[in-house]
Amino acid sequence: MSGDSLADDLTRRTQNAPPELLSRTFFFVCAALSIATTIGLILLLTTEAAKFFTFSAPLVGVEGETATVVEFLTGTEWQPTGGEFGVLALVTATLMVMIGSSLIALPLGVGTAIYLSEYASPRVRSLLKPGLEILAGIPTVVYGFFAIIYITPMLRPFIPGLGTFNMLSACIVVGIMIIPMVASISEDAMSAVPESLRQAGYGMGATKFEVSTDIVVPSALSGIFSSFILALSRAIGETMAVTIAAGSTAQFLNPLNPATYTERALPMTAAMIKLIGGDVTGGGLAYRSVFAIGITLFVITLAMNVISDYVAQRYQEEY
Amino acid sequence: MSDNTPQTDEPAGGETADPTNDDMLVETDVAAATSGSTAGATPDPVIRSRDLDVFYGEEQALDSIDIDIPENRVTAIIGPSGCGKSTFLRCINRMNDRIDACRVTGELSLRGKNVYDDDVDPVALRRRVGMVFQEPNPFPKSIYDNVAYGLEIQNIEGDHDEIVEQSLKRAALWDEVSHQLDSSGLELSGGQQQRLCIARAIAPDPEVLLMDEPASALDPVATSQVEDLIEELAEDYTVVIVTHNMQQAARISDKTAVFLTGGELVEFGDTDQIFENPEHQRVEDYITGKFG
Repeated sequence: MSGDSLADDLTRRTQNAPPELLSRTFFFVCAALSIATTIGLILLLTTEAAKFFTFSAPLVGVEGETATVVEFLTGTEWQPTGGEFGVLALVTATLMVMIGSSLIALPLGVGTAIYLSEYASPRVRSLLKPGLEILAGIPTVVYGFFAIIYITPMLRPFIPGLGTFNMLSACIVVGIMIIPMVASISEDAMSAVPESLRQAGYGMGATKFEVSTDIVVPSALSGIFSSFILALSRAIGETMAVTIAAGSTAQFLNPLNPATYTERALPMTAAMIKLIGGDVTGGGLAYRSVFAIGITLFVITLAMNVISDYVAQRYQEEY
Repeated sequence: MSDNTPQTDEPAGGETADPTNDDMLVETDVAAATSGSTAGATPDPVIRSRDLDVFYGEEQALDSIDIDIPENRVTAIIGPSGCGKSTFLRCINRMNDRIDACRVTGELSLRGKNVYDDDVDPVALRRRVGMVFQEPNPFPKSIYDNVAYGLEIQNIEGDHDEIVEQSLKRAALWDEVSHQLDSSGLELSGGQQQRLCIARAIAPDPEVLLMDEPASALDPVATSQVEDLIEELAEDYTVVIVTHNMQQAARISDKTAVFLTGGELVEFGDTDQIFENPEHQRVEDYITGKFG
């Protein structure tokens, strides 16, 4: 090799060669598309929701019937055809799904995670984990039918006169649906706890239960919290199962009173389905309320994500 | 699970069987009874093994180990990598039980009770045998809670504040942490963490303190602090320390056991004699660096 050709080799700019340029452009377009879609969705949601509210409707050039923010956020009556747009009736129903399903999914999910991470033999674990993933892969519409066909009849002996559609069976079925999420993320966090900490515990004469509850769970707390918040977001956003199981009667219920769980109710997602699939005509106030609910839901789940990130950072595992 | 076949040709417990000590290991919720002291000219060994074999699957890790470890002395176990020195240490508190493929046969007695007898509860055993590991592994809890952990799980009565303070003083850590007992044990330096682990191990007042290369992850200053501490601890505790560092063994131990490749205990005796005048050529070669 002569000195000249070596100099040529060293100065050739490989990163500007056509295949490199082409692939870089391709990957950039992929990334840009997904971001653009997200931005587009948020824009659609906000502009459509703006048409619903009195204060913002003129800004987007909409005339006609509107609802005030106060009326929307504090009203407890949801009757779109009758001009009642109190979203609290829907928010409380969503809150009930959240509370009810987490009462089932959080303890069972964490218990499953502890079993998988600390107690199960590798063989049992290799059978159980795919089983959980199957549970997570069942279409949610199936869960909805499962609720009305199996869960409600099973509850009847304990709660006489329970209607086919009720919040309790919706909560139970959403709870079952989110167990895999809690279990799998919590199990990942627990498995990541270093073996040396378990050794320290066993070396002190701790039992398996003590090692699990005193050492592994506290060490994995941030991951466990993250799993809770992700599962709750899933419960809030869950649509099909609650639309089928909860009935579709909007009523304002007290989520903290267990007796109200035997009632029908209309969670936010189900209300949107009902509005779109029902007889609302395009452009009317009832139609635009879909987007008002949508943006409320979006704000709630966004807040959950922010909390999740904060918790994950604040309680970063320090081992 | 390990298959702890007791020796069939020897009655369980051996000739030094003592009912109080038997109970001590069998009961799970034993109070911190004072150890049966055997103050005499030739005290009974605290740990005694006879014909102890350990296998990992098909591979033999320890080959017929016979050893008598004396009370209130530092016994060092040295040898090249893979000679089974850590395996032996982990037989004493049955931490090997956690390895599925591990199988132990023969006798390993703690004050006359074979710890591999069927009626011995490994949890109860580990409550009487403290252990310090190679890497400092404090719990992600406060300094206080780390030291008090053994007291909590064993329901040890008494003034926990006092025991925690005493244990930290014994571990030569009190002066450095007395003002920050509520802060996390993980905020300490590596050397401090290891002394915290030592305080944690001695707080429930164990019979024996096992140390598995406790200074190998520490810097020289922290190492010498931990070494000084080990010598002091031997006034009250029977210490068994595994080390790959021969100078360390020579500095701090009273007795030295040399394990060589194949899981054999080749020589066991007073540290001075082992290092100055070993009986076996293989041991001399190892110590002088010709091998291993």
